[in-house]
Amino acid sequence: MRMAELYPVGGKTVLGSHLFTAEDIIRYARQFDPQPFHVDPEAARHSLFGGLCASGWHTCAGWMKTFVAFWTAEYVRLKKEGKVPPELGPAHGFRDLRWFRPVFAGDTITYSVTLLETREQASRPGRLIDTILCEGVNQNGEPVIRFESTVMEFA
Amino acid sequence: MLCFEDFPVGRRFDFPSRVMTAEEIVAFATEFDPQPMHVDEAAGKASVLGGLAASGWHTCAVMMRMLCESYIDRTAGEGSPGVQSMEWKRPVLAGDTLSGHCRVVEARVSRSRPEIGIVRFVADVTNQRGETVAVCDYANMIRVKATEAAADAHG
Repeated sequence: MRMAELYPVGGKTVLGSHLFTAEDIIRYARQFDPQPFHVDPEAARHSLFGGLCASGWHTCAGWMKTFVAFWTAEYVRLKKEGKVPPELGPAHGFRDLRWFRPVFAGDTITYSVTLLETREQASRPGRLIDTILCEGVNQNGEPVIRFESTVMEFA
Repeated sequence: MLCFEDFPVGRRFDFPSRVMTAEEIVAFATEFDPQPMHVDEAAGKASVLGGLAASGWHTCAVMMRMLCESYIDRTAGEGSPGVQSMEWKRPVLAGDTLSGHCRVVEARVSRSRPEIGIVRFVADVTNQRGETVAVCDYANMIRVKATEAAADAHG
């Protein structure tokens, strides 16, 4: 099966939710993004953000985490139903990433994916390039992140 | 602290080098991107990536740490609105030593918030063979020198 048969172009699929605890935010940021508003609650209160918030890259990683969990479960489900799930290859990267709002300690982000476009590589039959829109909203329904990614699919 | 005025087009910041250990690759991927080629050496070798490979999001995270160490730690930064593009050009394998640099490609004062400058950079992350593994076109918000912002605010 192809992704477009499973998830029609333009339809949004909710992947799951992830709670960003203060502990996780600080642990990630100490390793990779130790700016004061990501590691120090007191300093964060005095920053433009107004409170401890996750590194934008942590918010991205949260999308990947929920996607992998979702796809792993889908893969099993499809096989159980006697269907042949598409194989996904590595992503080439992403573009138009926006961090709309900070993700504060205690926020729960619900992530989604939307297939925007799928096209066959003329030079390599059976190999498709999918463009997907990846999004996250907080518990108030406010968008916090979006980006577009290109993923290889082997039909 | 470095302010907006310290980021003219063309200014370059070199990254400190960092070894990507198998242990770190597996730890990051286990939490955020537990696909076989990121958590298991044999699976990585059998994949198109050719070895135990870091998640692209791990490469992003390590790049962020390099940005912090090369300029953000000493910059009056106010976060980032987003990333225009991120290209994962080559796999990052266990044992690789990453380094690289970033360069200012555009700098302008925000129209809506004249106390903030928006600086666009292109980062080039390289491995120990000098090969580019990732290219990132991103922006930072950086405070305009306080005296000038105050003067502007008072007309």
